[in-house]
Amino acid sequence: MVTNITNLGRSGLSDWLIQRVSAIILAVYAVFMVLYLLFHPGLDYATWSGLFSQTWMRIFSLLAFISIAAHAWVGLWTVSTDYLKQAGARFAFQAVVMLAIFVFLVWGVQVLWGA
Amino acid sequence: MSTLQISIYRYNPETDSVPYMQEFQLDTQGRDIMVLNALEMIKQQDSSMAYRRSCREGVCGSDGMNMNGKNGLACVTPLSEVVKDNKLVLRPLPGLPVIRDLVVDMGVFYKQYESIQPYLQNDTTEPTMERLQSPEEREKLDGLYECILCACCSTACPSFWWNPDKFVGPAGLLQAYRFLADSRDTATSERLARLEDPFSLFRCRGIMNCVAVCPKGLNPTRAIGKIREMLLSNAT
Repeated sequence: MVTNITNLGRSGLSDWLIQRVSAIILAVYAVFMVLYLLFHPGLDYATWSGLFSQTWMRIFSLLAFISIAAHAWVGLWTVSTDYLKQAGARFAFQAVVMLAIFVFLVWGVQVLWGA
Repeated sequence: MSTLQISIYRYNPETDSVPYMQEFQLDTQGRDIMVLNALEMIKQQDSSMAYRRSCREGVCGSDGMNMNGKNGLACVTPLSEVVKDNKLVLRPLPGLPVIRDLVVDMGVFYKQYESIQPYLQNDTTEPTMERLQSPEEREKLDGLYECILCACCSTACPSFWWNPDKFVGPAGLLQAYRFLADSRDTATSERLARLEDPFSLFRCRGIMNCVAVCPKGLNPTRAIGKIREMLLSNAT
């Protein structure tokens, strides 16, 4: 039993589950995006903006953004605990990652609802 | 062609400041001997060479080492299986502190093994005779109890290299599942609780190096998956 205070779910089991579920959501979102772009070869601004003005697309996108935020935190937290053995350097790295994820998430919300 | 080039990792902390590779020539007279036999012939050339060995038949697990980049037991690995271009490179098991030449300090490996409490725990009243198992219950232990703790798997695992103090490693986890799967053991929930943090079990990334090197053909990755399933089905 190892005590952890900086991982996302506070337990290996919940981190593992978050990682799997968020991966599925991201896979579905990626497949949707690829298919959408394939079916709209001459994509213009109006169609693209129209897609993102619909509530379901905003919910779907926000779900994907939250998933990538959680996925990135679990993944990079794991990388940092593997390779950064010096606690100060590890916390600094984790703080930068956390801040970047938070900024991107808020920015993503602003992009989704700001248009 | 029968003269084999063997390059061996040498390190004696009393005389060497750094480890080095020493080259040996060995005439195998065209026979496909085991790597351990080759080592014994080399020891006759240079008696200062140190390695562990005991049963010489893959039962004791003493002579785990890295042969041309792959972990295995020297006593059950024929030269034909590992030698490439007439060359053989022998190194100690990766990731563990070297005591001397091919002898490593297995302390951290045993500590992780100890952490999973590798003995039956049963808090029910003892029967007058033995605790019986059905053939089906006994069958669940196949592929688990055969482990000889040679450490070939755990020292082939990058997760164990980076966190040997926190990640139990494939050998320990295979034994953890051996006791979780045992119908006579009643400490299942306590055993699971000790494994649910992000390191002890979940640092396994499923790359299956352990399966690739196990000299007994066991599958720690499958056991780890089974423990994960047990944790998941017990959780809310």
